Amino acid sequence: MNEELTKHLVPGHTSCAGCGIPAIVRAVLGESKDPVVVANATGCAEVTTTIYPYTAWNVPYIHNAFENAAATISGVEKAYEALKKQGKVKDKINFVVFSGDGGTFDIGLQSLSGALERGHHFLYVCYDNGGYMNTGNQRSSATPFGAFTETTPNGKESFGKMEKRKNIMEIVKAHGVEYLAQANVAFMEDLKKKARRALETKGPSFLLVFQPCTANWKFPTSQYVEVGKLATETNFWPLYEIKDGKYIVNWATEKPKPVEEFLKTQGRFKHLFSEKNKPVIEKIQEEVDKEWKKLVNIAEI
Amino acid sequence: MINKNKKALSGALAAAEALRQIEPDVMSVYPITPQTAIIETYSQFKADGLVRTEMIQAESEHSAISACVGASAAGARTATASSSQGIALMHEILYIASGMRLPILMAVSARALSSPLNIHGDHSDVMGSRDAGWLQIFAENPQEAYDNTIVAMKLAERVNLPIMSIMDGFNTSHCIENVEILDDEKVKKFLGEYKPEKSLLDWENPVTFGPLALQDSFFEFKIDQEKAMEEAKNEFLKVAKEYKKISGKNIGFFEEYENKRAETSLVLMGSAVGTAKDAVDELRLQGVKVGLIKINLFRPFPQEELAKALKKCKEIIVLDRAQSIGTNPPLFMEVVNSVRELKGRKKISSYVYGLGGRDLFKKKIKNLLEGKVKEKYLV
Repeated sequence: MNEELTKHLVPGHTSCAGCGIPAIVRAVLGESKDPVVVANATGCAEVTTTIYPYTAWNVPYIHNAFENAAATISGVEKAYEALKKQGKVKDKINFVVFSGDGGTFDIGLQSLSGALERGHHFLYVCYDNGGYMNTGNQRSSATPFGAFTETTPNGKESFGKMEKRKNIMEIVKAHGVEYLAQANVAFMEDLKKKARRALETKGPSFLLVFQPCTANWKFPTSQYVEVGKLATETNFWPLYEIKDGKYIVNWATEKPKPVEEFLKTQGRFKHLFSEKNKPVIEKIQEEVDKEWKKLVNIAEI
Repeated sequence: MINKNKKALSGALAAAEALRQIEPDVMSVYPITPQTAIIETYSQFKADGLVRTEMIQAESEHSAISACVGASAAGARTATASSSQGIALMHEILYIASGMRLPILMAVSARALSSPLNIHGDHSDVMGSRDAGWLQIFAENPQEAYDNTIVAMKLAERVNLPIMSIMDGFNTSHCIENVEILDDEKVKKFLGEYKPEKSLLDWENPVTFGPLALQDSFFEFKIDQEKAMEEAKNEFLKVAKEYKKISGKNIGFFEEYENKRAETSLVLMGSAVGTAKDAVDELRLQGVKVGLIKINLFRPFPQEELAKALKKCKEIIVLDRAQSIGTNPPLFMEVVNSVRELKGRKKISSYVYGLGGRDLFKKKIKNLLEGKVKEKYLV
């Protein structure tokens, strides 16, 4: 085991085979030159790393509740400010939140918004696995259009989730956040670079990281990098940054693969490959094309 | 030795004054009537450079208390203030704060809970959180709101449990009285420096706060919390004794008023006690053997001590400023629990008063003590 790689989050956690969350955590924390304190929302990352009396965290760590990781880190950061002024703390410390999409897009949105507006110095990392995966695959507002979840099942009257994903990047950007980026666990070097830039930012920064869930998206555990790659290669999940309001696209190809290539790798989209649901796939492709066009029109490549 | 520096202050301003002297490292707050005067006053202290506290103006009470949890776990002396819907919104995190054993201080102006909407005083909000693992101490008047808030901070840090320093919304929070204020230095010395056992900022000794505890360990955490609560009773007496040294004030589990030779004992807490004492005085002059017990410490509840104090009376009347809809009101239940092992039958009756800021007049209490009130509600 690579000791340098696992110095923040040690082996022995219980996350699923083929889960990218530990890789995301290690990649992000690995870019911090300074000591880190982590706040974690309830979810996969938390339940797989902190089963008492064990912990996989080799850094100070706090899990408060589901919806308040950003508020929690606000308190930690202000305590740091207070105690530093009094000379009780000396070192520079980075504050990092890890939360799933449920804890970010849905139940934790208000807490995140408040912390961003107040301008605390922290990096918020959302690992986006497109729904409530820890509780067995229920829909969140990050679940993609057309996806099967236990609360958006397909049936005679349904093709899965009937609504589009919430655009969390634009919501975070609207707070005037200096640096935010969309990344993908399958593009490690890009993720690390973004983590480094985020950690160097004064005030709040935000990373939205694509995190394929082998258990509930239903694909073989060996395939999570492949599924992640296809998400970007089809333009379903573009890699980009927003720095001081300017968009920078980090990966592009002249011939993106059809979105079908990505959809067909996962059981959650299986029902779309029927005659009846053909228009749904067409709609997904249209949407991907439209969003990509929108992005490249305002971005530098 | 005893400072007699008096200021005319409302309960809210008295609590703010105590907080100024405590000078928490972090205050995380959100406005709500009738607590707002506390955080407005404190914000002015900060604006005037009188305190070095870092303030978090949260976007909700839920986030205000969540940030308190973060700050306290990071080793900061931490406080907040709230009321009513705010405390209800915090409910989830109240349990997390106590489960993590974080000594957070909350100044409370107790208020009714909606619906219908009502901004006035009663005890419904704090009674709703009586099982959340927080210490709870009640004030009768602005002076006690001041004294209790200082004592509360110290007690919380002694036993690693969060605490609510409670006054009645409006009746106390907005009622101005002369309040004896201690010298800043005395308060600071009384509290001493807060030195937490573990802190998130001690990165060289990393600790995991808020783990997942399963069937094999969760139960023990909860038993430990209960033990800390029990220990808090003794620590409360010790802290009160230390506070007496600097203030001359006696703060007990409860206060007995004309109770030693009483045949009928009234039990209540909060701002109505002053009125009830007047009623007792007048009835005593008429030769009626009544007395009262004012509860100060509601969590942990001093069961054995209260039973002793109620041993000799024949009748107990409990006045609650909250309901427990579907069963008997909370303070009544505590009193019944406390006296259950006393020998001899006692008549114990329960009345509810003051919901949503309804006034409780002396005449009503006198009527009650003279046996003239038939209904359960003192409306």
